Amino acid sequence: MNLIRNRNIVRTFKIGGVHPPEMKLSADRKIELLSLPAKVIIPLSQSLGAPSKAAIQKGDLVRVGQLIAKGEAFISSNVHSSVSGKVTRIDEVIDSSGYRRPAVLIDVEGDEWEESIDRSPDLKNEITASSEEIIRKIYEMGVVGLGGATFPSHVKLRLPEGKKAEYLLINGVECEPYLTADHRVMLEQGREVLTGIRLLMRALKVEKAFIGIENNKPDAIEHLRQLCSSFPEIEVIPLKVKYPQGGEKQLIRAVTGRETPSGKLPLEVGCVVQNVGTALAVYEAVQKNKPLIDRVVTVTGKNLERPSNLRVRIGTPVSNLIEYAGGLPEDTGKVISGGPMMGKALNSLDVPIVKGTSGVLLMPGAESKRMAPLNCIRCGRCVTVCPMGLEPILLAQLSENFLFEKAEKERIMDCIECGSCQYTCPAGRPLLDYIRLGKNKTGIMIRNRGKK
Amino acid sequence: MNETLVFAVISLSAIGVISAVILYFVAQKFKVIEDPRIDLVSEKLPGANCGGCGLAGCRAFAEQLVKSSDLSELNCPVGGSEVMKEVAAILGLEVEEKEPLIAVVRCNGSRINAPQKMIYDGAESCAFAHALGTGESGCPTGCLGLGDCVVSCNFDAIYISPETGLPVVSDENCVACGACVKACPRNIIELRKKGKKDRRIFVSCVNTEKGGPARKNCQVACIGCGKCVKECPFDAITLVNNLAYIDYDKCRLCRKCAPVCPTGAILEINFPLKKEKPVDPGAAVENPAVV
Repeated sequence: MNLIRNRNIVRTFKIGGVHPPEMKLSADRKIELLSLPAKVIIPLSQSLGAPSKAAIQKGDLVRVGQLIAKGEAFISSNVHSSVSGKVTRIDEVIDSSGYRRPAVLIDVEGDEWEESIDRSPDLKNEITASSEEIIRKIYEMGVVGLGGATFPSHVKLRLPEGKKAEYLLINGVECEPYLTADHRVMLEQGREVLTGIRLLMRALKVEKAFIGIENNKPDAIEHLRQLCSSFPEIEVIPLKVKYPQGGEKQLIRAVTGRETPSGKLPLEVGCVVQNVGTALAVYEAVQKNKPLIDRVVTVTGKNLERPSNLRVRIGTPVSNLIEYAGGLPEDTGKVISGGPMMGKALNSLDVPIVKGTSGVLLMPGAESKRMAPLNCIRCGRCVTVCPMGLEPILLAQLSENFLFEKAEKERIMDCIECGSCQYTCPAGRPLLDYIRLGKNKTGIMIRNRGKK
Repeated sequence: MNETLVFAVISLSAIGVISAVILYFVAQKFKVIEDPRIDLVSEKLPGANCGGCGLAGCRAFAEQLVKSSDLSELNCPVGGSEVMKEVAAILGLEVEEKEPLIAVVRCNGSRINAPQKMIYDGAESCAFAHALGTGESGCPTGCLGLGDCVVSCNFDAIYISPETGLPVVSDENCVACGACVKACPRNIIELRKKGKKDRRIFVSCVNTEKGGPARKNCQVACIGCGKCVKECPFDAITLVNNLAYIDYDKCRLCRKCAPVCPTGAILEINFPLKKEKPVDPGAAVENPAVV
């Protein structure tokens, strides 16, 4: 089997990749519980796919874990209340981009949980649920991929007819600089994560699972290896540090050596990838009956007083987290939701933490400015670092000139938007900006073509 | 020597004659009969190939013109009614006089009216900035000022004013081809009637937010109060989604709506300055609260 290659060589993906400074400032900070905010804003659409429909009304009293929006379409997910209190409004509220999107606003009163939720700290390791029951539970509890893309987890687990998964890959790579949430989850809640992995394995009916962890987290590798000793079907794979190893296709290449064909899903090569955080959420959903109402978020930044890892209720304003970590430093230039490579600068500090927020990063003013773009000198560095084997400069130019049909031929849709090209460009050209634009327009073009 | 020469001349001439006969019959067989009027019509068209008529270039438009029996749906915005009249004369058809149109930028969110709240230093493209977020002023429908409309214009008729950061349309150069209308990701630019002496009245805002949030980002936003709707004697103004819109077919440029707008979102272009009313000494007495 090609999996068991030379064990001395640390695995990684084959082409491209960059090495940004790691800056894991909060790696040794324990996960702390953030106190309840005074009010929360819970966006109705918190996953990829169709927006969910509100299941409550203005003035209703809700409890922690109560369903407030139902995902009815095939790709959509349920949203639950993360606090108890009174629904003050269902309105359009500014989200991280500045546009208004429907959300539920709740004034927090007390902390009353739904009785069905098991809040005891005891581990529940024995698995009784069947595959269908696990998937149904994951859907009901609104679990989505917590790596950042928020793809509804139950959709990934429902394999199409005739397809069979061979391996489950657990993404504990956390290749984004600064972020340490997954790292801390692996260290502090490793047992729960393992049970979550076993639940996912049963749901997918696979015999083997791999946990991919980069070498810069030796404590997590060691810890999970010890825990795995009683489960031979789960194996921890240390990986060489390289960005963007947390990308689905890169992780599959690194761990199994398989190459996902262009435009295809990981299932094509028999793999399903789930994040470590998702595994924990699956454990809580299935074993403890707890909906996805909180998540671990890293609050970090060079000038921040106390970079921390916080367990935060969904809907808490970003400003609460920053306050907890020591307040906004004076020279802050940018507040980014997510990591520095793929995250997005926020318009306002009132926007809420959502299911997809893995970190809040404060960039000092000087670092947050981009350099003025210079001319392309055709050095080809972007081509060298592209982990998908694309030509970023070509794609950017095609998009800039609206040549989307040509861009489609050059496989613009394969771009994973990791930003390695822009990071490495010595001329500071906004390559990814144009590629994202082109990807968006090409996607619309392809969808319209299907309609005719 | 002489013999060789004669032989060559004869054989080559024979080949020539045979080829000519073949070519003649082939040309007859595959003859393309083209309406000679297409050439005449396309000569009259401006030849800008801007696509303003909705077809791919002037030649395609000429073919369409010759094919159709009714010209009411077809119009060359560049040439205007003069060209259309000439074309109609060639085709022996009637053409209605169409009022010339012009591109109108419906946003007045300059740096002063809509102050900058954020810094955007990404790609110089409105389409990308629009997909990413609301832009520097925070208005979700306002002009981003990155110049996608300028790039799209083939006639040098639009430029970004360095003072306001907003696009300015040149009355002389704009031919109303509609390229900028398509290029703007926020549908701010609209083709409206050029108006007599270039005089126009329009609501210079496309924000559909409620009054409060709209004003938060921009002083001159339409807040959907409906005062102009009540004021208009011709029912030309409609209010949809917190946004007033003036129908240019109904508007008679009476200028009653602009003074009642509390935010100054209604713009009057190219009108002479209103004469100052002589100060009425009785006015101050009528309103004693004003001291």
